[in-house]
Amino acid sequence: MKTDNFVVEIISPTQSILKVEASEVVLPSFEGEMGILKDHIPIITFLRPGLIKISSEKDKEFFVEDGTVEFTNNNLLILTSTAKELSDLKKGELGTLISEVEEKIKNETITDKDKYLLSYKLETLKNIN
Amino acid sequence: MPSLDDLKKRIKSVKSTQKITKAMKMVAAAKLRKAQENAEKGRPYSLKMQNIILNLTKSLNNPENAPKLLVGTGSDKTFLCVVLTADRGLCGGFNSNICKLAKTNFKKILNDGKNLKIITVGTKGLDQIKREYSKYIIKKFSFKEKKQISFDEAELIGKEIINLFDKKEFDKCILFYNNFKNVITQIPQAQQIIPVENENTTTKGDNLTSYEFEPEEDEILEELLPKNLSTQIFRAFLENAASEQGSRMTAMDNATRNAGDLVDKLTINYNRSRQASITKELIEIISGAESL
Repeated sequence: MKTDNFVVEIISPTQSILKVEASEVVLPSFEGEMGILKDHIPIITFLRPGLIKISSEKDKEFFVEDGTVEFTNNNLLILTSTAKELSDLKKGELGTLISEVEEKIKNETITDKDKYLLSYKLETLKNIN
Repeated sequence: MPSLDDLKKRIKSVKSTQKITKAMKMVAAAKLRKAQENAEKGRPYSLKMQNIILNLTKSLNNPENAPKLLVGTGSDKTFLCVVLTADRGLCGGFNSNICKLAKTNFKKILNDGKNLKIITVGTKGLDQIKREYSKYIIKKFSFKEKKQISFDEAELIGKEIINLFDKKEFDKCILFYNNFKNVITQIPQAQQIIPVENENTTTKGDNLTSYEFEPEEDEILEELLPKNLSTQIFRAFLENAASEQGSRMTAMDNATRNAGDLVDKLTINYNRSRQASITKELIEIISGAESL
């Protein structure tokens, strides 16, 4: 292991999606983007819709909608049921996803929190597209 | 003494039954491999989730204000029992084992003078339980049409349970399912999911790390606990699916073997009576010839 690397794991309920060493990970944390380097203090936080950017030998990007993150002893653990690697997302799917979200956001009855989450989802999806 | 024709028919019918059980065993074996894989893949998620909750609980400043899902309502008057079974039969004692365990628990709860509420998942369990406890059943789920149970289904049930909890419909929730140990052993289990049981608090008491939380602990807990509930249910689903296939495989293997034994026995019988009838005919011919 290179000295300034730490282990990143992405686990979904059905499988372990990824386990690599990385030098830096950027997370769409609930209260803003968060960069994590080696020896970060232990932290537990939530994710909002956005992109997880993993910088290692091979850079990777994942789109997530929600999830829980724990960082201890240089182990970054991401529990999410919605992670998708960016290269797996197809253009056509993105289009339908975007229109779905736009539809939902127009709904007046949703709570502010949902609105906040949806707007981030929309923004991220548009950026990818 | 059955006639030769009857024996022949029976042998044929047992043989075709054997063919069916053999085929079912093959199918179960193939499905088992997949289900087992899924169960193993699903374990880390629920384990890690529980770990996070454990860490969170330890670093809570004032446990009195902790969410009710974690510490319970303080009373234990009403029990909600969630019984997970299969939708299909012909899998040995799989469904009966869960129901047996569940029923002993029901009896205990009722004997203690507590209230009982039951949610069944899967039709086979429902059939067995409704015979005696039909008035306690408040909800039934079945995912018969689904080929593969996904996290969404677990979430559906999780939400339903949370909903009932928020309405103060119950104080404690127990989950019944079969834990998959290996192909021949599946252990029926009763797991309390509300309030969360801290079974392994003693294991990692020393390296208590103080976490930073974003947002606050309570908020995280409030979000995480329902998620954990769904996760635990999902894990139970996966274990159950693997157990079902394993149980079916062993049951069908036994059935195939029994059918084979029966065919052997019947064949011997058939041959004996064939020989007997030939001997009888010969004696008749000989004695007829002698009398001339």
